[in-house]
Amino acid sequence: MPPPLLTVQNLVKDFGEFRAVDGVSFALERGEILGLLGPNGAGKTTVMNMLLGLISASSGRIEIFGQSLESHRIEILRRMNFSSAYTSLPGNLLVRQNLAVFAMLYGIRDWRSRVRETMERFGVAALADRITGHLSAGEATRVNLCKAFLNRPELLLLDEPTASLDPDVVDKVRTLIRDTQRESGTSIIYTSHNMQDIELVCDRVLFLHRGRVIRMGTPDEIKASFDSASLEDVFIRIARGGDLQIAGDQ
Amino acid sequence: MNAFPFSAITGIVLRYFYLYTRNGLRAFELFFWPLNTLLVWGFLTRYLSQTGPGEVALPVTFLLGGVLLWDVQFRATQGVSVSFLEDVWTRNLLNVFVAPVRTWELVAGFCAVGFLRVLITVPVLSLMAFAAFQFNILDFNFWLIPFFGNLLLFGWSMGMLANALVLRWGQAAEGLSWALPFLLQPFTAVYYTVETLPGFLQPVALALPSSHVFEAMRHAMAGEDRVGQGLGVAFGLNLLWLATAGMVMHWVLGIAREKGLLTKVATQ
Repeated sequence: MPPPLLTVQNLVKDFGEFRAVDGVSFALERGEILGLLGPNGAGKTTVMNMLLGLISASSGRIEIFGQSLESHRIEILRRMNFSSAYTSLPGNLLVRQNLAVFAMLYGIRDWRSRVRETMERFGVAALADRITGHLSAGEATRVNLCKAFLNRPELLLLDEPTASLDPDVVDKVRTLIRDTQRESGTSIIYTSHNMQDIELVCDRVLFLHRGRVIRMGTPDEIKASFDSASLEDVFIRIARGGDLQIAGDQ
Repeated sequence: MNAFPFSAITGIVLRYFYLYTRNGLRAFELFFWPLNTLLVWGFLTRYLSQTGPGEVALPVTFLLGGVLLWDVQFRATQGVSVSFLEDVWTRNLLNVFVAPVRTWELVAGFCAVGFLRVLITVPVLSLMAFAAFQFNILDFNFWLIPFFGNLLLFGWSMGMLANALVLRWGQAAEGLSWALPFLLQPFTAVYYTVETLPGFLQPVALALPSSHVFEAMRHAMAGEDRVGQGLGVAFGLNLLWLATAGMVMHWVLGIAREKGLLTKVATQ
């Protein structure tokens, strides 16, 4: 059995006296989509930022592609990518210009053909000469995803990619992500507050609360363990403080 | 799919090339302030030449030389600091920091942008200075290269320190980032000699490489032979300033990663 693509061991992050992440451990297999769930302040974004090397861990270990993130950050980042609803590509450049810049930043040799190919894959070829800041939310999300898949990442971190989109666009974006992932075999870590998103997209879910992993499993396993019909119901129960048994204690 | 040499630096430069070539207003901004300053100082120079005694003629041309060389340092600083702020303003900073770009590549990319800004504005300013005030920057001969080189290096150091301020204190430090070159300007002897400053401020001036460059410029214009010595001191100081700015930037990045400041600055 091949080693996991990503291994997180006993990850801790303290901001002064406040412990934001408290002994989180998990692994991600190749081709898997893992949903990171939890109420606001659960530690999802901090974990995500630590996986990207934006925040250093207080203790614990992150290994990606069999290498320590701490000592091989640039080599690892070259094989990863990221997209978030809370960041944007420079709004004052054309779509194709932004993608060309990021293709360069990721060191893609055949960047012209790769940009063209990715724009076609995500249905944004017609937007190539549009100013990025003038795109609709749905168009901007697709362009952001285009940037995220430019370097054919083996690991992709998606932070609420469908936030603030209407249900029709959410459905299209979800399908696009799922289809592209199936074709490319990319492993994905996915955060969302849209529980339907998580159920439809993710193979496995990791529930965080107050910086700790409280459940890990497939969406069906999670629902069954809470004797609940929907992930939304599980989410609300966890957010309101009930059912907080820690994964390792089960 | 493998990286090609300097692809990250090329990407950073390409981003600003696109920005300035597709937006006329941004290109206008490159020229407006330096031309404005040149005209004000140029006309003041002409006025003083016409109304002052004969020996005033040379000192007033120092002012024009100061304007042109000051712009080199200012543009180099801005190339580094405003390029960084541009990523903050457009909420693109996280995208850049999670790309496989080493810190030195990021800084080198910004420095290259600063250098290109100088390459674009200084020739235009020089032509204007010659056409309007008969001030020929080429009269500096080969000294022009070390003048420019030293001011570029110091501008880059200032830009890195400005970026460290923004990284550490967020957008609250933006104003300071813009103001940093002007905070130093009174002590850097652009338009007057270091001796003009009060005694207790002269060591401050002498610690700045740019002061030695502006002093050397005045020596060159006066036909004195102390130009090389001043430029040598400026270069030595520049190495110290660059090393210090690099270390400060590295230290602040460490703090930013520890405290989660990168994401705060990037998404505020």
